[in-house]
Amino acid sequence: MLKLNQANHQAKNENILGWALALPASFLLVMLYLLPITWVILMSLTNYELGAISFDWVGLRNFSKALEDEVFLRSFRNTFLYVALVLPSSIFLGLGIAILIHARKRTRSIYEVIYFLPVTSTLIAMATVFQFLLHPKLGPVNYLLTSIGIEAISFISDPQWVIPTLSVIGLWQLVGFNMILFLAGLSSIPEELYEAAELDGANGPIDRFIRITWPMLGPTTLFVMVTSCITAFKVFDTVATLTQGKSGSEVLLYALYLEGFQYFKMGYAAALTLVFLFFILILSIVQSRLIEKKVHYV
Amino acid sequence: MKINSSLMHAASHCVLIIGALFMLMPFIWMLCTAFKPPQEIFEASLWPFPKNFYGFQHFNEVIKSAPIGKYMLNGVIVCAGILFVQLLVAIPAAYALAKINFTGREFLFICILGALSVPIQATSLPLYIAMSASNLLNTYFAQMLPFFLSMFAIFLLRQNFKSFPDEIIHAARLDGMNELEIVWRVVTPSAIPAITAFAIFSLVAHWNDLYWPLIVISSTELAPPPLGMLLFASAESGANYGALMAGATLITTPMVLAFLIARRRFIQGITMTSFR
Repeated sequence: MLKLNQANHQAKNENILGWALALPASFLLVMLYLLPITWVILMSLTNYELGAISFDWVGLRNFSKALEDEVFLRSFRNTFLYVALVLPSSIFLGLGIAILIHARKRTRSIYEVIYFLPVTSTLIAMATVFQFLLHPKLGPVNYLLTSIGIEAISFISDPQWVIPTLSVIGLWQLVGFNMILFLAGLSSIPEELYEAAELDGANGPIDRFIRITWPMLGPTTLFVMVTSCITAFKVFDTVATLTQGKSGSEVLLYALYLEGFQYFKMGYAAALTLVFLFFILILSIVQSRLIEKKVHYV
Repeated sequence: MKINSSLMHAASHCVLIIGALFMLMPFIWMLCTAFKPPQEIFEASLWPFPKNFYGFQHFNEVIKSAPIGKYMLNGVIVCAGILFVQLLVAIPAAYALAKINFTGREFLFICILGALSVPIQATSLPLYIAMSASNLLNTYFAQMLPFFLSMFAIFLLRQNFKSFPDEIIHAARLDGMNELEIVWRVVTPSAIPAITAFAIFSLVAHWNDLYWPLIVISSTELAPPPLGMLLFASAESGANYGALMAGATLITTPMVLAFLIARRRFIQGITMTSFR
């Protein structure tokens, strides 16, 4: 009886203690996540504008409006084009560089530093540098093009070129990050596998790659794919610095930023937020499934 | 066979060096242009290095027209404040989730996992409305508040604390230590490597963040480096690329230097983001 009482007492103590320690975090969780997201969902059903005295409930009209909004649709297409350009290139180049660097012994860390440098640098500042490099008259890229007889290209103000240009900058920033993830994957492949494959007659580097490296890197590759997809989907900084959405270069987050914080159309911006969040959450669910899987592999 | 392998070796170096040049090119041009006289900048060429050294005149120009030092200071204040509160909040919560068996623990952990992938862009509208209603816009506090709770820190440290031996905690309790002392003086020191990695991740992420400062800060007095750079770039109308490149150099230098000094920890800390 006494023991039971004691156990009861201890359980009660643990309840108080646990919640007391987690209290600040729980409070912030409610204030910074649960309430704001509920607010966004409710607001997406209204036509509220910041500073307006009243608002109406408009049901799902904000969402149907988005489907007819030329700017939103363009931002949607641009974002997907951007992802479609950045994703494969950053994965293949990241993997290729990782394989080459992995085979180096003495120079490995130098290459690692060089390729990783763009990941840590402030993208806004570097975007300005790219603006200069790609300048139609002053930049070396167009100087090179005109000197070999190609007409100068307005990489940033020509609607045809602007998204591919932004993707090259995105690729430049992302490739080193993916390289490091692939390097981690490569180091976890046991050397014996290659030796065994050699006995089986796999000799050339391509043979080794197809039979060992690629299948063993499967989980890493999937994981890098989803992570890069999330990063690319959130493209914002380069657009805000280089184009401010001009020349038809709006991306999803920039359109959202304009509607919410420049035009203050909160109801409509909330609907766009939910569209953005929907994609991010789907990708994140896939990502966490992959992390669980990856734990089994390693 | 031998010749073949050294040929492969040379070829792989060639590819890596070409790639490395592409990665470094923006940095090289930025630095060189910052030291070029204006007339050389206006003659486009493929040769990045200045023919006549222009000294620090572009840099002087930048420092006169934009409070770069102030931007850096703002960045330091905001990043340090965010990191401090993040750890203050996350460490006790992570300890509770790892070591204390309380009702609702599972529920709280699932909520945290759910919020882990919610980016600032998803909550920025209501946070902005609430801050504007309570006159908090254009303050350091507004820049920091949304990031005070790091789900990632809780998640990471919970994993870390879980492997901490229960016996030591029990012994500390018998010694008369209270639970807060146990958290801060017994368990926390054991997680220093994880905390360091998280600190680097947090500092880099918030030092380079543009989205949120762009929304809540409109005065140059409070702008962190990325927003400062944006303001400076839009103020430099025309093509004063010498000054722009000098500004970009000043803005990028602290992070790049920190990275070069502690590159192992940086790579570890930043690639951790992929596991959030």
